[in-house]
Amino acid sequence: MKTTQLLITLALAATAQAGDWLQFRGSNGNGVAENETLPINLSADNLKWSVKLPGRGLSGAIVVGDRVFVTCSNGARQDRLHVVCLNAKDGSIRWHRQFWATGRTMCHPKTSVAGPTPCSDGEYIYANFSSNDLVCLDLDGNLQWLRGLTHDYANVSNSLGMAASLVVAGGTLVVPVENDSESYTIGIDKITGRNLWRLNRPKSANWTTPTILEGVFKGRDLVALQSSKGVVAVDLRTGDKVWNFGNGASTTSSTCVFDGVLYVPSRGITALRPRSDGKTPDEIWQSGRLQPSTASPIVLDGHVFTINRAGVLTAGNLATGEREWQLRLKGPFSSTPAAAGKHLYFFNEKGLMQIVDVTVKEGEITGKLDLDDQILATPAVANGAIYVRSNTKIYKVAK
Amino acid sequence: MKHRLLAGLATISLGAFCWAAPSVSSSLKTLRAVGPEGQGNAAAAKAWKQLIKADATALPEILAAMDGANPLAANWLRSAVDTIAARDKKLPLKALQKFLANKKQNPRARRLAFELIQRVEPDTAAKLIPAMLNDPSVELRRDAVERVIDQGLDLKKIKKDGPAKEQFRKALDAARDIDQIKTITTQLRQLKEEVDLPRHFGFLMHWRVIGPFDNTKHAGFAKVFPPEKAVKLDAIYAGKAGKVQWSQFVTADEYGKVDINQAYPGLIKEVTAYAYTTYDAPAARAVELRLGCKNAYKVWVNGRLIFGRDEYHRGTRIDHYQLKANFKKGRNTILIKLCQNHQTESWTKEWEFQLRVCDPTGTALHATNRPPTPKQGTNNN
Repeated sequence: MKTTQLLITLALAATAQAGDWLQFRGSNGNGVAENETLPINLSADNLKWSVKLPGRGLSGAIVVGDRVFVTCSNGARQDRLHVVCLNAKDGSIRWHRQFWATGRTMCHPKTSVAGPTPCSDGEYIYANFSSNDLVCLDLDGNLQWLRGLTHDYANVSNSLGMAASLVVAGGTLVVPVENDSESYTIGIDKITGRNLWRLNRPKSANWTTPTILEGVFKGRDLVALQSSKGVVAVDLRTGDKVWNFGNGASTTSSTCVFDGVLYVPSRGITALRPRSDGKTPDEIWQSGRLQPSTASPIVLDGHVFTINRAGVLTAGNLATGEREWQLRLKGPFSSTPAAAGKHLYFFNEKGLMQIVDVTVKEGEITGKLDLDDQILATPAVANGAIYVRSNTKIYKVAK
Repeated sequence: MKHRLLAGLATISLGAFCWAAPSVSSSLKTLRAVGPEGQGNAAAAKAWKQLIKADATALPEILAAMDGANPLAANWLRSAVDTIAARDKKLPLKALQKFLANKKQNPRARRLAFELIQRVEPDTAAKLIPAMLNDPSVELRRDAVERVIDQGLDLKKIKKDGPAKEQFRKALDAARDIDQIKTITTQLRQLKEEVDLPRHFGFLMHWRVIGPFDNTKHAGFAKVFPPEKAVKLDAIYAGKAGKVQWSQFVTADEYGKVDINQAYPGLIKEVTAYAYTTYDAPAARAVELRLGCKNAYKVWVNGRLIFGRDEYHRGTRIDHYQLKANFKKGRNTILIKLCQNHQTESWTKEWEFQLRVCDPTGTALHATNRPPTPKQGTNNN
């Protein structure tokens, strides 16, 4: 028995690691990479490798140990779905699996069937696509289970393209497939791939990613689901509703959680502190002067940051929401920045990487690197490197 | 002693073979049994682990199991093929070629077999392409069409217009992908050739339409208006703004767009209309109705609802929806309900659809009562 426990412990230690980036906006879901040292000035030497991918996409990469995972789609109908595993060290492809889309692949030309960022619990990779095909693979690419959510529910689709990312916590995979017609968020058993719960959601296209709230209500984990109606928090294991914030919210940029407070893209940004009694969260502040666009807000060094599409970075006071300073970056932006140390890392749609030191008064751009490529994806930070995928390639930037 | 050892080894080998073969077939059976909402996933996971222990000689059998498999099962099988082929570098090329040559096998499985051959012997694969011009696999056909287009372009470049036209005609007859059809059409028209795109695609151009009925707050999508109960072409009903009755509507749009705004001019919103046509089939058969539409819609075939979707103005393309239906021999009826919402932005003006009837490859199936392609439509559309 002791030997078994030891083996399980060793096995887990070999998979989930502190430096991993396990989902959209990282393992903490807030875009901040803890204890990472990244370059703060940039030159061509910082580009360690770039690798052509077998298809298109704007999903973010995720990183588990020394492996980088990314999804793509290709084919005349974009109905061939790819999950690719690369070696972080040199970008060589470790394995590559393909699936056929079982749902519709129609989407706006700017987006892609490989829109949602995959996630991992450190042992398995969960990847979904705009066609609502969902696969679970182990780190070596062995298929564990699969679902076709449009195959299951024929009107689950969005003709502009689905792009909300899935998240995993505890034993539950939370898969948002919200759209104008048959609109759900589904809690799926991460081991079997069967539904634990299926929640009817507002009939409205929604590209926001759920946010895990660990142990915030009677020790239970909740998941906050954002939509045009606001934010509803449900029990991660059962899907039962716990609280509701009904003042409306964005359907593109997603809530960011820092130190137990939700910074919701609602009427600008609204800061909400969940209550221990499970009632509607307390509204700490609301600011219409912090306006996120497609990119989600991020918190660093006592500020909440938003960036609009054109490239105006706005710093708000974390405690009050008061706007403190603005800095113009070169846009346009679709991707959400990542943070490490005292810096924010941005990629604009033309592939220009820009680093901002947020501790300098009114912010300072400390580094730029032009990758000259279409980048709409949110970067991943792991083990001293930043990984970002373009529509056709994936790049590693490091010291 | 030596003979006994050999006999023993032979027995073990034979035993292993005999054990492996039923294991593959039993795994395949389990994988083919997966169903919706994750049904069969647990058993499939175990069967998949067993299946991938097989060596590459099992690949044709796994590919063959895709025939008739549901799309979820096909993905389980495909993943096993990928995993085995990635591990075992020595692929059974002759068996794969034999599999590829059998056009009764699943088209996607055959394409996968082709790509396995291509990975190991690209020259062999390239030689197979010309014979695939009319292949049931749309992806294999695409490669062959591309080759003929290239030949046409080469001939056109050296001013051999006659042979170039022949190549482009050959390519058009075989082409099923929209991008290729558009490329070929452009080339043929530059060479002063006529192209009947509606006929090539099989778009239905002649309709009867009735409306507008009410769709305030999207309620019209669910409401059953009289045409849903029975199509009576001489009836008069109460519409949203007065009496409504069926009228003829012919589209001359190359891509078969039926623009309801043309029938009811003026930017009218929160309305519903119906379009109706008949299709005389030479024999009973399964068909695909391929619909492009950015309005909420419902489609009935012979009075039976086959699909509906309440999404507005998110985008569309040719073949956006591929709807399965069964036609009977003789006259079939097609009824479409098309809803327009409240939005007033310029990109929400469209109130239109395009519909074609084809087989699973996208090859047009023409009705015996199909009229010639119209040169001019209703209201000169």
